[in-house]
Amino acid sequence: MNPALFDLVVAVARIAVMLAFCLTLVVVFTWVERKGAAYIQDRRGPNRAAIFGIRAWGLFHPMADALKFLFKEDFIPDRAHRLFYQIAPMFALAPVIMTIAVIPFGPDVTLFGRRIALQIADLNVGILYIFAVSGMTVYGVVLAGWSSGSKYPLLGGLRSSAQMLSYEVSMGLSLMGIFMVFQSVRLSQIVAAQGGLLFGVLPKWGVFVQPLGFVLFLVAQYAEANRTPFDLPEGESELVAGYHTEYGSFKFSMFMMAEYFHMVVGAAILSTLFFGGWQFPYLGDTGFLFPGGAGFALPPALVFLLRIGSFVGKVVFFAWLYVWVRWTIPRFRYDQVMRLGWKMMLPLSLANLFATGLILLLPGR
Amino acid sequence: MSGLLASLQFSSPYFPVIVLMAVAVGLSAGFVFLSQWVGPKRYDRTKYSEYECGVDPLTTSTVRISVKFFLVAILFLLFDLETTFLYPWAVLYRSLGLFGFVEMGVFVGILLVGLVYAWKKGALEWQ
Repeated sequence: MNPALFDLVVAVARIAVMLAFCLTLVVVFTWVERKGAAYIQDRRGPNRAAIFGIRAWGLFHPMADALKFLFKEDFIPDRAHRLFYQIAPMFALAPVIMTIAVIPFGPDVTLFGRRIALQIADLNVGILYIFAVSGMTVYGVVLAGWSSGSKYPLLGGLRSSAQMLSYEVSMGLSLMGIFMVFQSVRLSQIVAAQGGLLFGVLPKWGVFVQPLGFVLFLVAQYAEANRTPFDLPEGESELVAGYHTEYGSFKFSMFMMAEYFHMVVGAAILSTLFFGGWQFPYLGDTGFLFPGGAGFALPPALVFLLRIGSFVGKVVFFAWLYVWVRWTIPRFRYDQVMRLGWKMMLPLSLANLFATGLILLLPGR
Repeated sequence: MSGLLASLQFSSPYFPVIVLMAVAVGLSAGFVFLSQWVGPKRYDRTKYSEYECGVDPLTTSTVRISVKFFLVAILFLLFDLETTFLYPWAVLYRSLGLFGFVEMGVFVGILLVGLVYAWKKGALEWQ
């Protein structure tokens, strides 16, 4: 096969696989959110949509929603800035989709004698690319709020942008310890380094090396995604619906899609940096090897499937954690959010940075 | 065609990023246009006016904005820039050793004084 053509096919195939995986999770999680909320609140949740009488626990509701949104009247309010009003949902959705590029979703595979990394692009800047691209989603929120020409979206957009900026600082700082331990910002190397053992017993996952960093990053992720307990931008009780008050039809659903996509990507980043990505505990290239010295061999195909399954399982769990937290914890007040961001998260992440530095300076590290 | 194919660097790690960007932008723009094209259009003055709970808009959107938001933006610039300097330092930390620790301690310390100043001045207070 022509090598250039091979590269092209591989590039497109990897994008197709990862995008299909994430979009499926996005669709499924709009359903999981409502169903989970229902069961947490002792209700049954959506179960009416049916195709040929098959209800399938309401699994067709996301489909029904998409069709309904599509056929709703798509209006631009008279006072809105017509161009920016149209661009804002694109700015919300497109950057989030782009962040999936550097997430490794499986170990290297050999195909036609060539090694292929299961990662859309193995960039050497890795996590910096994610920060750079996801930083652009703030524009979506600000533009939506400002261009709607109405006061509730404006206030919601302002709140949201101030909140996202505040937590972006601690988000970057809380990851610094991970980079110091694994000595790289390239995600494939960070995942590979997490295959080892810590003290000969625990898998060398980010969460065991950087427990405080994990908690700080988790909180910052929730604030960045504007999810409860940080969903004040859309605090219904005072701001109607926040920055997307004036949006309807499919543009509104684009903001929703962006939120769920953010959730899925956030779960993928969390599992990649702190839970070993596709690494399965105690599973080497040839089979299991437990700390005591015991172990057994497995065929390579099974090892590969276990690793892919491990990544998928972690992502689904952390995406579910977002839903779980949302229906368990009440919303913060705005001054509490800002106090937590600047007076707790920032000093704590700096302390974590120094503690990591001191421990790494100890002899024998 | 073959000349064009050969000139493109498909193996470059940034090629898939460009493709993904095209997909992402195409998808989002497609959704916006599809939404406009498919739905019905019936103009109504009340429907197309801005939202206010069931009555005519009481005030316009040109509300005065608290100066706090600008303070947050400035503090963000300061600390995000600091983080940018920390990335290469964090990756190289093990080879820098004690020297790197002390150097960054001084750098972060200076910025920390700024944070303490903003804190004491009440820039981080929200009522």
